[in-house]
Amino acid sequence: MNDDLGPPGAIASAAHEAREAVVSVGSSTLRLVEEIGGMAELFVQAIVWTLRPPWRIRLLFEQLDFVGVGSIFVVGITGLFTGMVFAVQTYHAFSMFDATGLVGATVALALARELAPVFAGLMVTARVGSTMATELGSMRVTEQIDALATMAVSPLQYLVAPRVVATIVMMPVLTLLFDGVGIAGAYTVAVFGQGVSAASFLSRIRTWVDPQDIEGGLIKAAVFGLLIAIIACYKGFHARGGAKGVGRATNEAVVMASVVVLVSDYFLSVLLSPFWTLHTHGLR
Amino acid sequence: MAMIEVSGLHRSFGENHVLRGVDLAVEEGTTTVILGSSGSGKSVLMKHMIGLLTPDRGTVRVDGEEIQGLSEHGLARVRRKFGMVFQSAALFDSLNVFDNVAFPLVERGGLPRREIADRVHEKLDVVGLRGIDDRYPEEMSGGMRKRVALARALALDPKIVLYDEPTTGLDPIATEYVDEMIVSAQERVGVTSVVISHDIGSAFAIADRCAVLHEGAVVAEGTPAELRESRQPFVRRFLALWYQRR
Ligand SMILES: Nc1ncnc2c1ncn2[C@@H]1O[C@H](COP(=O)(O)OP(=O)(O)OP(=O)(O)O)[C@@H](O)[C@H]1O
Ligand SMILES: [Mg+2]
Repeated sequence: MNDDLGPPGAIASAAHEAREAVVSVGSSTLRLVEEIGGMAELFVQAIVWTLRPPWRIRLLFEQLDFVGVGSIFVVGITGLFTGMVFAVQTYHAFSMFDATGLVGATVALALARELAPVFAGLMVTARVGSTMATELGSMRVTEQIDALATMAVSPLQYLVAPRVVATIVMMPVLTLLFDGVGIAGAYTVAVFGQGVSAASFLSRIRTWVDPQDIEGGLIKAAVFGLLIAIIACYKGFHARGGAKGVGRATNEAVVMASVVVLVSDYFLSVLLSPFWTLHTHGLR
Repeated sequence: MAMIEVSGLHRSFGENHVLRGVDLAVEEGTTTVILGSSGSGKSVLMKHMIGLLTPDRGTVRVDGEEIQGLSEHGLARVRRKFGMVFQSAALFDSLNVFDNVAFPLVERGGLPRREIADRVHEKLDVVGLRGIDDRYPEEMSGGMRKRVALARALALDPKIVLYDEPTTGLDPIATEYVDEMIVSAQERVGVTSVVISHDIGSAFAIADRCAVLHEGAVVAEGTPAELRESRQPFVRRFLALWYQRR
């Protein structure tokens, strides 16, 4: 009789495992909800502490320099090659129906609306988000954050606020850089490499790309900057358990921020689509 | 009046019930030494005194004011009365020695640069560290870091100083020096000190009162002389081992 169902011990252990699995899914969901709540709170706190004196301008400039100036090289390189490869691919596709003059406009639109903010966001996550999570995480586990608090200095104001503000400010700037360098890369490939005429490359960009396309991309970039900095600071701030804990915090911050940039990009595109389509002439 | 008054303090970390009803009063202008074995919750108790940790149950009063439920602003005001030396030193590793010690002075504001520099050097002199203004924490030994942390905690001449193992990792001469410093701060300006120590000899030398923390509660409290006479089994064992070693 028992043979059909396996030994009772096996059933019990299977039931136990199933229960464990449900519990672990439940608890990790709970943890995620708790984390999102914590991040929302951190965001509000960062705003409040930014507005409250004393304003430590030097700390803000340090972060603007680190996030902005320090990312010029990586963002420039990725922008250049993204524009170039995109020009190569669109040239091949468009040459099939004799529309290679559209390469510039296509690359420019894609860069302005999607590629520049998303790729700049991913590069800033990798370079800036990871550093912020590691920095705050190691300050947490070595009690430096507690030491700040004992000196009646708010760690949120001293550490989190300048990082969040600097990332929100610099992400659109870096995105604009990505746009510019990307189009220059596409121009080089299309005009010098593939023989597209410079006049049609440029004039098509002028007719098809609106300021709204670029502005929408910059709005996205600012939102990504906010999300990246909040996630990185939250993870660092709540790190525990020595060097290993700091490593875990950094790892989680980078993974979460990358996913969040891509997911929120979809929703931002949906939100921005009326703003974009209203002003798009051409194509139709 | 007690400067710091801890009553019925309970605190757990998960399953680990660390503080199980701690009562302790630290009188103004005295030095109180907290003794206890490693992991008994001495550092946890000290962090409650300055509001870095919040109790599960019980209260902490500082200068007559209950610090639980204070606003961020109120807590900052209370914390300005304190200086604290962390067990780990907790120096800011992005700042050099000078900037670490200057930090509380700069943050309080209102002091001219000259005066800040003078004060920083005065405090560094007191802990016996000269000419290392430009070093970063990673370039110093553990004992040096501890002494920089002492200088930083004393920079604002606080009313209350919390020392978490200020002399652990120091050589005997530096230990003697720091002990003298704690005593002289008390005698000169009436500082209230709470010191966590593993060194019973130096504890007895500097303490007005000692408290022994064991199994989450203060099991003995009194002057060093009273403690030597204590009949409490843990205290007797604790002291006996130390006498044997000498
Ligand atoms: N932030 C924390 N999270 C979880 N557990 C903690 C935390 N801080 C302390 N504990 C636990 O509380 C207990 C007491 O720690 P505490 O640091 O107060 O010991 P201690 O008496 O200062 O020991 P030592 O003399 O070694 O410094 C330990 O079991 C420790 O694991
Ligand atoms: Mg300790």
